[in-house]
Amino acid sequence: MTLEVRDLAYAYPDGTQALFGVNLSISRGERVALLGPNGAGKTTLVMHLNGILTAGHGSVRVAGLPVEKGNLQEIRRRVGLVFQDPDDQLFLPTVREDVAFGPANLGIRGAELERRVTEALARVGMLEVIDRPPHHLSFGQRRRVAVATVLAMDPEILVLDEPSSNLDPASRRELAEILRSLDVTILMVTHDLPYALELCERSLILSGGTIAADGPTPDLLGNPTLLAAHRLELPYGFAVPQGVPDQAPHAR
Amino acid sequence: MGAGHHHQLYRPGDTPVHRLPPQCKLLAVVAFAIVVVATPRERFWAFGAYAVLLAGVAVVARVPPGFVIRRMVVELPFLLFVFAIPVIGLGERVEVLGLELSREGLWASWNILAKATLGVVASILLAATTEPRAMILGAQRLRVPQLLVQIAMFMVRYLDVIMDETRRMRVARESRGFRARDLRQAPILAKSAGALFIRSYERGERVHLAMLSRGYTGTMPVISDMSAGVRQWLTAGALPLAAAAVAVLTTLLAHLPGLGLT
Repeated sequence: MTLEVRDLAYAYPDGTQALFGVNLSISRGERVALLGPNGAGKTTLVMHLNGILTAGHGSVRVAGLPVEKGNLQEIRRRVGLVFQDPDDQLFLPTVREDVAFGPANLGIRGAELERRVTEALARVGMLEVIDRPPHHLSFGQRRRVAVATVLAMDPEILVLDEPSSNLDPASRRELAEILRSLDVTILMVTHDLPYALELCERSLILSGGTIAADGPTPDLLGNPTLLAAHRLELPYGFAVPQGVPDQAPHAR
Repeated sequence: MGAGHHHQLYRPGDTPVHRLPPQCKLLAVVAFAIVVVATPRERFWAFGAYAVLLAGVAVVARVPPGFVIRRMVVELPFLLFVFAIPVIGLGERVEVLGLELSREGLWASWNILAKATLGVVASILLAATTEPRAMILGAQRLRVPQLLVQIAMFMVRYLDVIMDETRRMRVARESRGFRARDLRQAPILAKSAGALFIRSYERGERVHLAMLSRGYTGTMPVISDMSAGVRQWLTAGALPLAAAAVAVLTTLLAHLPGLGLT
């Protein structure tokens, strides 16, 4: 099991309860979409996966290792978080330094570091911008470099927060192709339902701080009642291709 | 984003001055400034020689005079102050162009004017030949405290982002008919500045989270090796060494009677 979340509950310091007992597990090699309306607790859940927030109740395990104070560094290597705004993620003066930041924090230096940087950039097709400053790149390029900064750490699981937001259609498609070509476990947090359908065989719906549904993406998206119950909607004119739901998704 | 793809002060080039490691240039400028400040104000010849040395650097670095002069505007506020000193100064008076001026004040003005101008020009030349990020790496090599280096680094990186945000806020204000005409509009501008501060602060928090997620533990890993060789140190040292030689020479001459240099 690459990621295992058990009975995770969390309340913010001001008392607002954001998560009410989340259970989910993701196996190696899976691509899973975490769907949910704004305010469902998606970001809060993501912050627990690499220990930026620590569980009020319940547990998170990454490849067997519990997320706890003592092993945060190893957890952060295993869980690669790609933030929604690439300007938050890319903070160093050149792409090269930024991609090197993560592995260098793991103590990697010299030729091995160089190899990790070029390999990660090659995987997202951004090797040619290695010496450019991130703020001179287009938004789509910056998002791809942001993915590379995390890939360079060789993570067990890649967690993407709204990967398709603010991308033009071409960049959106290019990113999809890149994500599909990566040989890593992916958890993609989004409310872009067609993107989830395109990339993820399985989806989870997080609503009201719990997992409301868990099943094959076409089944979930083909169930208008389920979607409506959780403030999710397919874009106008979009229909789930051929995936006629033959069974109701396993609801909790 | 951002229109100015090169920093305003930087002038790209590939000259011997551009190629020097930043830490050498930084130290050279600091040493040069110390020599200039330490030179007694009566040694007119020395200041002339310093100016010639800087002109020499500018020629080697292919920085045109206009480029330097336009950037010397930063010195203007000091100049106002400098012109005020002889007028308000005390002590013995001399008449210059029909004005009764303080002799001591005139000396003080000359002193500030000459030394500040030389310092400003040296800094402009440094900035014109060194990229901001190289400057930061140089400071890091010179063991400037990590925290200061990191703050400077974030400033360089996020300046464009914040300027962009400022521009968007201005466009949004003006799109709704706002125009800053007089003081009555000040509260709106103050609130915009406040909003910008909060946004920048929140961005800072998000950047920090993103850094933590990649294993940041409070220190930046040093990965680029930019060590400077003896020859590079000597090349960069040429400017302060020449200046020091001028200072020593003019002092010697001043103490030899009968040469009439002072």
